Amino acid sequence: MSALGVAAAVRSGEVRAVDVVEEYLARIETRNGELNAFNLVMADEARAAAAAVDACVAAGDDPGPLAGVPVALKDNMCTQGIATTCSSKILEGWEPPYDATVVARLAAAGAVAVGKTNLDEFAMGSSTENSAFGPTRNPLDTDRVPGGSSGGSAAAVAADLAAISLGSDTGGSIRQPAAFCGVVGMKPTYGAVSRYGLIAFGSSLDQIGPFSTSVADSAAVLEVIGGHDPFDSTSIDAPAFDLRSVLGRGVDGMRIGILRELSGGIGSVDGISPDVQARAAAAAEALEAAGARVQEVSVPSATLGLSAYYLVAPAEASSNLSRFDGVRFGLRVDAPTTGEMMTATRTAGFGPEVKRRIMLGTYALSAGYYDAFYGKALKVRTLMLAEFASAYEQVDLLLTPTAPTTAFRLGERTADPMTMYVNDVCTIPSNLTGHPGISVPFGVGDDGMPVGIQLLGPALSEPTIYQAAAVLEASAPHPGGKEGR
Amino acid sequence: MSERITRNEVIHVARLARLSLTDTEIDEFTGQLGDILEHAADVEALDVGDIEPTSLPLPMTNVLRADVRRASLARDEFLTQAPASEAGQFRVPPILGEEP
Repeated sequence: MSALGVAAAVRSGEVRAVDVVEEYLARIETRNGELNAFNLVMADEARAAAAAVDACVAAGDDPGPLAGVPVALKDNMCTQGIATTCSSKILEGWEPPYDATVVARLAAAGAVAVGKTNLDEFAMGSSTENSAFGPTRNPLDTDRVPGGSSGGSAAAVAADLAAISLGSDTGGSIRQPAAFCGVVGMKPTYGAVSRYGLIAFGSSLDQIGPFSTSVADSAAVLEVIGGHDPFDSTSIDAPAFDLRSVLGRGVDGMRIGILRELSGGIGSVDGISPDVQARAAAAAEALEAAGARVQEVSVPSATLGLSAYYLVAPAEASSNLSRFDGVRFGLRVDAPTTGEMMTATRTAGFGPEVKRRIMLGTYALSAGYYDAFYGKALKVRTLMLAEFASAYEQVDLLLTPTAPTTAFRLGERTADPMTMYVNDVCTIPSNLTGHPGISVPFGVGDDGMPVGIQLLGPALSEPTIYQAAAVLEASAPHPGGKEGR
Repeated sequence: MSERITRNEVIHVARLARLSLTDTEIDEFTGQLGDILEHAADVEALDVGDIEPTSLPLPMTNVLRADVRRASLARDEFLTQAPASEAGQFRVPPILGEEP
């Protein structure tokens, strides 16, 4: 059942939230050993929250738009009194003293948190293989990765271990795993969803968003978690989105651009596999058949996104992760002096990918290299903002594949960091520009694994994106990759 | 192996980042960081002289809250989550006499 279906049944009293949560906890019990989607299952808390929802219904009150909906939370979002690890050893034993805004908003809407999901350590990765707690496996083929960094959240929804989940997206970490697992994943406009209580990776890039099995569920979750939050100084001071009302409007007359540089043809970055290209072309045709005006659009600087990102994101990460020094939270490795203690703690607590990015970021920010690397990457962002602005004068939305390939096999890309990083080539530009993007499942590749199609728009174009995403969903040749259905 | 970053630079950066690397890690990072910087040569080579840098995609404005008292989280809730605390403060090993 969809999240909105669960909520409707619980609100009407037709179904009890406690029964829904038991069904999900049982499924987690059966499948999580194999998939490793969850770092922590919040069984007791979930049962109590579900009982409270049922009590609310019994008293004749409305428990909220997501009443009784089981939700999984990426384990880089703070949950009061409940371990929050970022899948890193360095946060061992730490229990946040407060809830992230998104966690509080979901609870206030009646959603029931069932657990914290696995991720690449500190959200750095594209396969969820960089977790200190072992990799998550793709529920559609357990020899393959679920994508990353929000791989646990994507796998949880794809395997129906949660009706919806939250991820965070710094360079594609919601959209790419959504594509790999055959679910819907949305990265909202930077500032549209509060980052308060999200453990920071790249503060100018990070954004929280939902995973779901349908576009309508995605819209419903974003309506709940979005909107201004005074606790986040980068939160946009605007009312929450009204999204579900636009879903039936169609795309008649909408202008949609195929983004040349990220679509695999002439003038595109390399590495976009032919079967994925074919799915993107079919998606564009489907939108055209539904009345959209489709044309090719060029954004030359999109090809610079990958390089700029792998300077900006590590630079911000090296700064953000300096707080993990054995003083205030989690792990401490004792040593005779504070400096030695900090070095010993960080050396023992961080995994290889996190160390690599801290090193890269520290280098890019260090004296003598700042202007050549970090400074230039920031200018590329300006260039990209200008070029995307002119593209959005020609079209309402842009279309690309979400990722260059379908889900690859575990271990296939761990030896060489660059082969992992190129996974993000299609998703990165909208993090650098702060623009929203959604991945919608649209058929499968030659290997039978799902392909995601990405729709991009200018800042705060979420209603237009959802309007077109609903059409893509309705015309998709495969019911979304949800196993067994 | 790429020569965009030297072994000595890797050792220096590790010290700045407060990470202690083994010899194997130093070799590995020298090669890998070199490869990544090689990929970033397209950005490095770009002529972007007059373009203003963008550090945040949104227009940046200072945000102030109303000057009203409100409850904050209790100090003890943070201190109990720290590896060591004493007398209402974080406790750390000696600092005086350390190399900077």
